[in-house]
Amino acid sequence: MKKYILQSIRLTAVLMVLLCVIYPLIVAFAGGFAEGNGGGEKLTKNGKVVGYALLGQSFTKPEYFWGRPSAVGYNAAGSAGSNKGPSNPDYLQQVSDRIDTLLKYNPTIKKADIPADMVTASGSGLDPNISEQGAIIQIRRVAAARNLDEKTVVELVVKNTQGPLWGMFGPTSVNVLKLNLALDELKK
Amino acid sequence: MNTELLGIIATYLLTLVIAIPLGRYLAKVFAGEKVWTDFLKPLESGIFKLSGINAKEEMNWKQHMKALLTINLVWLVYGFFVLIYQDKLPLNPDGNPGMSPDLSFNTIISFVVNCDLQHYSGESGVTYLTQHVVMMFLMFVSCATGIAAAVVFFKAFRDKTTERLGNFWDFFVKSITRLLLPLSLVVALILTFNGTPASYEGKDQFISLQGDTVNVSRGPAAGMIAIKHLGTNGGGWFGANSSHPLENPNYITNSVELIAQVIIPIAMVIAFGIFIRRRKLSWVIFGVMTIGMLLLLISTVSSELGGNPALSKMGISQTTGAMEGKEVRFGPAISGYWSTVTTIISTGSVNSMHDSTMPLTGAWQLLGMMINSFYGGCGVGILNYFIYLIIAVFISGLMVGRTPEFLGHKVEAREVKIAALITLLSPFLILAGTAVASYVFTAHGDADWAVQPKNWLNNPGFHGFSEMLYEVTSSNANNGSGFEGLGDNNILWNVLTGFVLLLGRFLPIIGPVAIAGLLGSKKYIPESAGTLKTDTLTFGLMTFAVIIVLNALSYFPALALGPLAEYFTMLK
Repeated sequence: MKKYILQSIRLTAVLMVLLCVIYPLIVAFAGGFAEGNGGGEKLTKNGKVVGYALLGQSFTKPEYFWGRPSAVGYNAAGSAGSNKGPSNPDYLQQVSDRIDTLLKYNPTIKKADIPADMVTASGSGLDPNISEQGAIIQIRRVAAARNLDEKTVVELVVKNTQGPLWGMFGPTSVNVLKLNLALDELKK
Repeated sequence: MNTELLGIIATYLLTLVIAIPLGRYLAKVFAGEKVWTDFLKPLESGIFKLSGINAKEEMNWKQHMKALLTINLVWLVYGFFVLIYQDKLPLNPDGNPGMSPDLSFNTIISFVVNCDLQHYSGESGVTYLTQHVVMMFLMFVSCATGIAAAVVFFKAFRDKTTERLGNFWDFFVKSITRLLLPLSLVVALILTFNGTPASYEGKDQFISLQGDTVNVSRGPAAGMIAIKHLGTNGGGWFGANSSHPLENPNYITNSVELIAQVIIPIAMVIAFGIFIRRRKLSWVIFGVMTIGMLLLLISTVSSELGGNPALSKMGISQTTGAMEGKEVRFGPAISGYWSTVTTIISTGSVNSMHDSTMPLTGAWQLLGMMINSFYGGCGVGILNYFIYLIIAVFISGLMVGRTPEFLGHKVEAREVKIAALITLLSPFLILAGTAVASYVFTAHGDADWAVQPKNWLNNPGFHGFSEMLYEVTSSNANNGSGFEGLGDNNILWNVLTGFVLLLGRFLPIIGPVAIAGLLGSKKYIPESAGTLKTDTLTFGLMTFAVIIVLNALSYFPALALGPLAEYFTMLK
């Protein structure tokens, strides 16, 4: 027994050097060659960082495309879903209110046009994407708020829509931050 | 065909393409045969030398278990104190506080037992140092512990009659050097180059497009996320686990993480058959596991793609399926696949919030964890399955009226008693644990704890009961996922799940290894016409039936009170 204790402690110490120092340092070193140098890819506007490509942010103004509801208000220093159960009455009321808000700000759309992702909170609270349909229902509002031709906005949405992986696997999505950034850049 | 379903099929097929050769490789590694990674031998001898270990010393099953328990105890004590004093240790750029003793108790047990139930949130509850020397370290070694235990079990059936079952340290270290570390490097690099952070910089701050100031948590996450999946651990770097865009940036990383968590459990099944020179037995076991997996998977995906009926009533479009708690870049189909995989094997990482999935999905997640052996966790999956197998052998023996045998060894009263005790342990821990929690919730709602019992449920009604049932089930299965709405960082949950975790880990390891050790030391009886063959389709079906009957009898009432009741109320 005593033999095992000593061996255990020594083995733990040796493995700790291998697994907790050498291994992560190799990964961190290799990460230096990745986009954003292993710190996450950043997006800039006029040379200033305005966000991370992978992290959604809060958009509430009518001239921007909105992202999904977030349980943490897009706080990237914490992340969580709502964890609301599917039959929770408070939750269902909340969804119903979100539908009303969307209809209010986008008066031309019908209820049946609203995709589920626009009225439900994401898992991380930081979802950078919305569905294609989620962008389509906002086009008219954004175009009006920016005095833009609807066609111009449609083109931008199409440009920022990412289809399934290699055209075969997974869903279609729109990166909200990239789309809004493209809109802002249009003005100049 | 639907691109989301194609994504599932492609991911599963790719899993098999990797897992089956990996199984062959593992069998060779642990049999000491020549493999291409033998260039790592000097590294291993170095490790043994520095640790004062003679890796050639043969152990019997009791010595194996002693070594296993001793090193696990060392980790428990060490990690407990490091977590409490983490605020005073270096590498804490975000200035996060030390853990309370009960939270540290729960956390350290949870990581030692390969569960990774997290009652803290990664961004604010731990430091870069503890993420490395506690979390990530234990992810490697807890998985290696499971694999080593499984190899001891393999060893018992390789030779006709033997008590010499190899060396525990040898199996343990090789699991790391020949399997976990190289694969982790590959996965970590894929993640890094897809956007997961790997640098040691602390929190970042920027002004968003709309003018809000945003703080961003990050850190060297990629290395930990790799082993979190390969080792079927599941503890996330970030609070939102693999639904977090930095922890799981896109569809490719999602598939990589999905594949990573399944390959070792499948490879261990394949390796078993090759190692004991009975490949057919492996395929029968693999078949039973796969059918179980498919049944749960198809039910789950169809229930998620159907969307939330309560939202359909509001008149919105749910063409894509239920989206609460899910990420758009994955979609509901592969999120459903993930939820099946992460519960049948004991990963417990999530890419969608299980609390918000449909009621039936919740039922399948719970059932997956209750059975806990459709593939199952690293190493322990096959050990759990072995218990069902022994019960099936015993019942078959009774049915045909002869002494039950397994692989040429008589299965007698002692072995069956152990198997029966282990079988009864899970329902006891799950049901009694949930009962205690429900009692405290109703009778002591005002207890003066960090989270008051009356406030710990995030959802009312049947779903609230499911939250408590899920927490205890996940602990017993060493799974680690949760219906995360549950306010679980208080003394009751920390201590209760701490004990459930310990018992649910070590007894189901010791039990099967003991049975194997006892059987292996018995006289070998050559096969005859009267031998019950365990590598046939019929016996596979028999085992499947045993699994279903045992679990249905144990858990149906609890499932009926939680997810099933919620499902039927939503039909109205």
